[in-house]
Amino acid sequence: MKRRHFLRNSLGAGVAAGAFLSFGGSQKILAGKPVPAGPSYDLIAVMNGEPEEMFDMGIQALGGMGSFVSPGQKVLVKPNIGWDVVPEKGGNTNPALVKRIIEHCLKAGAKEVYVFDNTCDNWIRCYQNSGIEKAVKSAGGKIVPANSEKYYQEVTIQNGKKLTSAKVHEMVLNSDVFINVPILKNHSSTRMTGALKNMMGVVWDRGFWHANNLNQCIADFGLYSKKPNLHVLDAYNVMMRNGPRGVSVEDLSKMKSLFLSTDGVAVDAAGAKMMGLEPAKVEHLAIAAGMGIGKIDLATMNIHRIKM
Amino acid sequence: MRSSALKHIRIVFSSIVLVVLAFLFIDFRGLVPQKLFAPLLYLQFIPSLLKYVIAGAVTATGFIVVIALTLLTGRTYCSFLCPLGILQDVISRIGGMFKRRFRKYGYKKPYTILRYFVLILTAGILLLGGVYVLSILDPYSTFGRFMTFFAKPVVLLLNNLLATILGKFDIYSVFKIDIKAYELAAYVIPVSFLFLIGFLAFRYGRLYCNTVCPVGTFLGILSKASLFRIRFDEEKCTRCGRCAMVCKSSCIDFLNKHIDTSRCVNCFNCLEACNEKAMAYDLVRIKSSRPSVETDTSRRKFITGSIILLAGGSQIIRSQDNKPVPTKDSTVKEDRLYPVSPPGSSGIAPFTSRCTACNLCVSACPTSVLQPSVSEYGIAGIMQPRMDFHHGFCNYECTRCTDLCPTGAIMPLMLEAKKLTQIGKAVFIKDNCIVKTEKTNCGACSEHCPTKACHLVAYEGRLLIPEVTDEICIGCGACEYACPTKPYKAIFVDGNPLHEAAKKPETKELEKAPGDFPF
Repeated sequence: MKRRHFLRNSLGAGVAAGAFLSFGGSQKILAGKPVPAGPSYDLIAVMNGEPEEMFDMGIQALGGMGSFVSPGQKVLVKPNIGWDVVPEKGGNTNPALVKRIIEHCLKAGAKEVYVFDNTCDNWIRCYQNSGIEKAVKSAGGKIVPANSEKYYQEVTIQNGKKLTSAKVHEMVLNSDVFINVPILKNHSSTRMTGALKNMMGVVWDRGFWHANNLNQCIADFGLYSKKPNLHVLDAYNVMMRNGPRGVSVEDLSKMKSLFLSTDGVAVDAAGAKMMGLEPAKVEHLAIAAGMGIGKIDLATMNIHRIKM
Repeated sequence: MRSSALKHIRIVFSSIVLVVLAFLFIDFRGLVPQKLFAPLLYLQFIPSLLKYVIAGAVTATGFIVVIALTLLTGRTYCSFLCPLGILQDVISRIGGMFKRRFRKYGYKKPYTILRYFVLILTAGILLLGGVYVLSILDPYSTFGRFMTFFAKPVVLLLNNLLATILGKFDIYSVFKIDIKAYELAAYVIPVSFLFLIGFLAFRYGRLYCNTVCPVGTFLGILSKASLFRIRFDEEKCTRCGRCAMVCKSSCIDFLNKHIDTSRCVNCFNCLEACNEKAMAYDLVRIKSSRPSVETDTSRRKFITGSIILLAGGSQIIRSQDNKPVPTKDSTVKEDRLYPVSPPGSSGIAPFTSRCTACNLCVSACPTSVLQPSVSEYGIAGIMQPRMDFHHGFCNYECTRCTDLCPTGAIMPLMLEAKKLTQIGKAVFIKDNCIVKTEKTNCGACSEHCPTKACHLVAYEGRLLIPEVTDEICIGCGACEYACPTKPYKAIFVDGNPLHEAAKKPETKELEKAPGDFPF
């Protein structure tokens, strides 16, 4: 049933996507190596599906997970698990989406898929109540602690204006592929949180960022050599105010969308626009774009839109 | 009964009690369900007494059971249920293993004056409304502090070692936990008692229980009227003295074939040691009473006088509150008027009058926001837990501490009620805030705020600065914890002397989600 639904949707997505899929597939068989995504889309925008289906569609449009993950590789999937709230509150990445991503990675031959976040609330409760620990385990991934400074290693950030070094979780260093899976939310200070802001969950000392020009630090971390290979922005239930923690479910807007890109600024620009914000007015996005970390202008991007 | 079975039952039973109670304190992964704490701690004498009498919890009848048990069987509590007593048995067993025999058992005279002085002092001050002598001497709480201050860090250390090894094999089910010390001054009493009790137990068995412990002395008085007791079978006894040599309480005067029941803790060692089966634990038999000690009126006067003096003195100590003086420097010191007591305690005075500082809540708190105090509640409140927002903040969705307090100092709160209990209010110090001093955005405080009592408002240019709506602030301290300024925070929670009700945050309708991509 699911597969049929999935196939129908694939067809509905158009010939381009279909051709793309076969192209990616044959390339993979022939080369046995990840291929750069064929026609270079800057952004895949999917709407009106369930999170899992939208991811299936989106990743196909990028040539399948095989374009990112080769057999035997270690993959890090980094969702937002920052808060001790249930999935319905929209404070953390949708567990169903995390689960589906891990399944794709394992299907593509990943040796291990690791998941962690340096949470804001008590980490055990966050892992549990977000539903993500359960989702990871049921998908066959490995949930990794990030609660102790001992798990972090000092790295330098070349050309960072404010942030020149950071203590980064060892899993970032030890993994071959890095998939960033933020959830789109309002944020009291940075106005929105998405792909770039989600990176704060891989470092130990967030306080330093807050104390030293938060927006500049967020952008600076985009220069760190180990960049996410793929950003998947969950915009299914979007917290429009009282972010990033949220006060009640009435803060949520059901957008049923998902954005995929190898460019974190690009997915965030799309997210900002969805929330009614002008991307260039979101300070950390503007700084990051100015530093050449990614594209911010949606008008000049090559966007593949999928409406389910 | 003359069989050694009683001793073996005691060893098995008490080992289980010790392990279970120790586990409650070192359970750093929160494996024990919150609802199990109350039944497991039901029979702890002082906590139950305080919960019933002072906190008015009618279900906390454990101490009545203990009194009944004592009247029936003697000081069974001390050997079977008291974790500190059992711990001392373990220590004196180790003492007995040394070849040169550090352990000195055998009949000794009791320290009668000291015993009763401590009991009267503790009870007297409690009646005058001060729990603080009791909190230092309560055996359950002393045990709790040993576990929290010493045992738990050792367990964490071992856990971290194991986690490091397993981590090399890509196994993360055991994880590392950062070990953080409490404030140094909070260690004074636990360390002193560790040495005192450790030494006494190592060398003299239950001397502490029969000299210092007010519960031991009180139950000792009751046990003088108990129905079941250990007695000599005068005909069979050969006065070999084996019983006295194994008596942890040094209460068997074998030459006179007399047992000081008030000091006997029912360990049943003597039953096993007696080759002649001349000792028995059974129903008491009426016999001619021994001449009672004459009442010494001057002694009594001295004791009463001391109580009054000490009670007065402690009141003076209480009134010396520790208020930091605000200083205008490069940063402004937080002007804290009151410490913050945990949710469910209903306020500072009710809390400090019931808490015996066992530190169970400190140990069980998943965020470590509960820390033993030093002088925040006054010197007399030393080690009573307070909310320390430099260590952590109160998890919005958590009620763990409210469910496990055995003394009723923290009473159960439903989650929805806890979310509306204002234990303190956030105070913003603009002159410390990065947004003002560095002219950059931060917002760490409002990011963490679960009610958005702390929110950001327009400041200069693109800058946003915090503002606090008092009515919806619950004093969880997330803002204070997250605030990155040093050494003084730009936002801190000042305690409510009596907890108040917070208002529910208001919500408004949202605009509809865009039906199509807006790009």
